[in-house]
Amino acid sequence: MRRRMALLGLLAPPMVWLGVAYLGALAAIFATAFWSTDPFTNQVVRTWSLKNVQGVLGPTYLGIIGRTLLIAVLVTVVCILVAVPFAYFTARVAPSRARPILVALILVPLWASYLVKAYAWRTMLSPGGVLESVLGATPGFGLTAVVLTLTYLWLPYMVLPVYAAFERLPESHLEASADLGAGAGMTFRRVVIPAIVPSVAAGTVFTFSLSLGDYIAVQIVGGKLQVLGTAVYQNTTLDLPFAAALGTVSVLVMIGYLAAVSRTGALENL
Amino acid sequence: MTKLAPVAAFAAAALALAACGGGTASTGSPGSGGTSGGGGTANAPFTPPKLDKLAALGTPEGTVNVLAWPGYVEDGTNDPKVDWVTDFEKASGCQVNVKTFGTSDEAVQLMRTGQYDVVSASGDATLRLIAAGDVEPMNTDLITSYKDIFDSLKMKPWNSVNGVAYGIPHGRGANVLMYRTDKVSPAPDSWGAVFDKAGANKGAVTAYDSPIYIADAAVYLMATKPELGITNPYALDATQLAAAADLLKAQKANIGEYWSDYTKVVQAFKAGSTVLGTSWQVIVNLTAAEKAPVAAVLPKEGATGWSDTWMVATKSTRKTCGYKLIDHLVSPKTNAAIAEWFGEAPANKLACQETADKAHCATYHAEDEAYFAKVYYWNTPIPQCLDGRTDVACTDYATWTKTWTEIRNS
Repeated sequence: MRRRMALLGLLAPPMVWLGVAYLGALAAIFATAFWSTDPFTNQVVRTWSLKNVQGVLGPTYLGIIGRTLLIAVLVTVVCILVAVPFAYFTARVAPSRARPILVALILVPLWASYLVKAYAWRTMLSPGGVLESVLGATPGFGLTAVVLTLTYLWLPYMVLPVYAAFERLPESHLEASADLGAGAGMTFRRVVIPAIVPSVAAGTVFTFSLSLGDYIAVQIVGGKLQVLGTAVYQNTTLDLPFAAALGTVSVLVMIGYLAAVSRTGALENL
Repeated sequence: MTKLAPVAAFAAAALALAACGGGTASTGSPGSGGTSGGGGTANAPFTPPKLDKLAALGTPEGTVNVLAWPGYVEDGTNDPKVDWVTDFEKASGCQVNVKTFGTSDEAVQLMRTGQYDVVSASGDATLRLIAAGDVEPMNTDLITSYKDIFDSLKMKPWNSVNGVAYGIPHGRGANVLMYRTDKVSPAPDSWGAVFDKAGANKGAVTAYDSPIYIADAAVYLMATKPELGITNPYALDATQLAAAADLLKAQKANIGEYWSDYTKVVQAFKAGSTVLGTSWQVIVNLTAAEKAPVAAVLPKEGATGWSDTWMVATKSTRKTCGYKLIDHLVSPKTNAAIAEWFGEAPANKLACQETADKAHCATYHAEDEAYFAKVYYWNTPIPQCLDGRTDVACTDYATWTKTWTEIRNS
C-alpha cells in the first residue's frame, strides 16, 4: 500500500503537467476554434459557430496548408539526402578516431541560438551577402531560402538517428550478404536500407513536424511568403479563434503523420 | 526581437481564456448594434464599461510594466546615451520594465494579458481598449504636465469618450516614405512609388504588415481616384475598400518583405534587400546611424500617421508608478527627448524649448494644425462612417482584417 502511494506521488506531478498544462491547452485551442471575435474590440466572444472551420477550408488557407506541406516535405527529403551519406561515412568509413569529432561537428550548430542561425542565413542570402559574392547569385528571400534555412536548422535531428542505425548495423550482416554473392548495390538495397528505414522515419518526425510549425525562420528569410505558422501568428493578434482553428490543422496533420510513421516501427527508434 | 514559441503562446492564451470563466463579459456589445451612445460627434458608438478613475496617488509600488512603441521608453539598452528612464527610476522608486510592440493589434492583445500597467496606444487601439474595459478613465489632475499639453490634442475622439478623458497625449507624427538614395532615383515625392510605379523596384519594396495599412492605400486613392469619393481613409464603404484591396494586391507582386518588426526593416534597408517603402522617422534615423544612404519624404498625397495616448490598465495594481511614469514621459525635457529620438512632434508645448535642435518643433510642425489636417491619424474603422456619411454602411475593422489576410495570402 505504501509503495502504491509512493508511486502515485511520483507520477502525479508529471501526469498533472501532461494532462492539464499540455492536453488541457490543446483541448482549449480546439474549443476556441469554435468561438468568434467581437468585430470592434477584437475580444473573444463565446458563441458557438462553424465560421472558422469553414474559413480554414476556403481556397486561400488550403493553398497555405498545401504550401506548408510542400516545404515540410522538401526539407525532409533534402535532410535525408544529406544525412544518409554523411551518417554512413561517419559510422562505417571514417577511422574510429575521427568519429567523435564528426559527430561533434554535427552537434555544434545545436549549441547556437536558433535566432542567431536564422539571422546568419538572412545575412548570407541578402544582396551582397556571402552567397552572392561566392556563388555569384542568391535565391533571395522566399521559398528556396526557407527550405535552405530549415534544412540547415533541422539536419542534426536527422543525422543522429541515422548515424545510430548505421552504428548498430552488425558487420556480420554485410559479410553474410557478400558471402551469399550480393554486390554492393544489392547489399545496400536488401540489407542496409531495411535496417535504417525506421531511423530515417524517426528523423523525419523531427524535420517534418518542426518545418510544419515553424514561423520565425519564415519571417526572417521568407520574404512575403505565408505558411501555416505565420498565418497562425498573424491571427493571434487579429482573430484568436481563427488562429486556433488554423493551429488545429497542424495538430491534425501531425497526428496523421505520426500514425503513418508508427507503422514503420520508427517510434521505437526516437 | 522577442518571439514566443507558438505552443507556449497558444497554451497561455487558451488557458487564460479557459481560466477566467466569464470574467470579461462585454457590456453593450460595441459596434454590433445600432444603439449609438454618442452625441453630436462621430465619437463613441458604444457605451464603455463604468470605471472609476484613480482618485489620488498612493505610495509607489516599486515597479511598473510598460507596453510601448519602440523608441518611446528608452532605458539605455539600445544606446547608452539614449536613456530617460534610469533617472526616473532613482527619483521615483519605480523600476521600469519595457515591452515594445510592432502593431496596434499586438498592443491590444498584449494589454489583455493583464501584465502591463500602462500603454502608449495609437488611435486604432484606444477605442478598442476603452470599449472592452481594458483601460480606465484618467485623472488628468494627477498629471502635473497636463496643463502644458497642446489643447489641440486634448479630449479628442481617440482619447476621450463622452467627455471623459482616458489618457494623456504623447506626441504625433506622420508615416513617411523611406528610400535608399543610392538605389532609387529620381527621389520619390509620391506614394505612387510604392503603388502604381512600384514595378521599378520590384522585389525590393516594403509595406507595413497590419490591416491598418489599407488606409495608406486609401490615402493614395483619395488623390489619384477622386471619383471613388474617399474623404477619410478610415471610412471606406464596400466599393472603396475593394478598390484599396485591388491596389494592395497589385502592390504585393512588387513587395520583397512586409515589416512590423522595426529592427528587421532597419537591417533590410541597410543590406539593400529593401530600397523603398513606408516607414517611421525613427527607423530612418537608426538606419542612417548605421551609415546606410537613406532618406525619407512626406509624399504630396499626405499620409497616415499617429497621435498617441498614454493609458492606464484597469486591472493594474501599480497605478501610482504608472501615473508617475506617464507624468515623467510627458514632462517638457523627456517629451522633447522622445520627440527627437522618435522623430515626431511633442505633445508638451514647453518641450519645444528643450529640444537639442531648436528647430525641431518647426520641422515636425508641432503647432501646425494645417499640416496635421493632411495627416490621417490611425483610427479604428467602424460600421458608422467616420466621415459622417449616413447613406451607406462603412466597413469595420473585422472586415479590414479579413481583407488584409486575403491580400497577404493572395
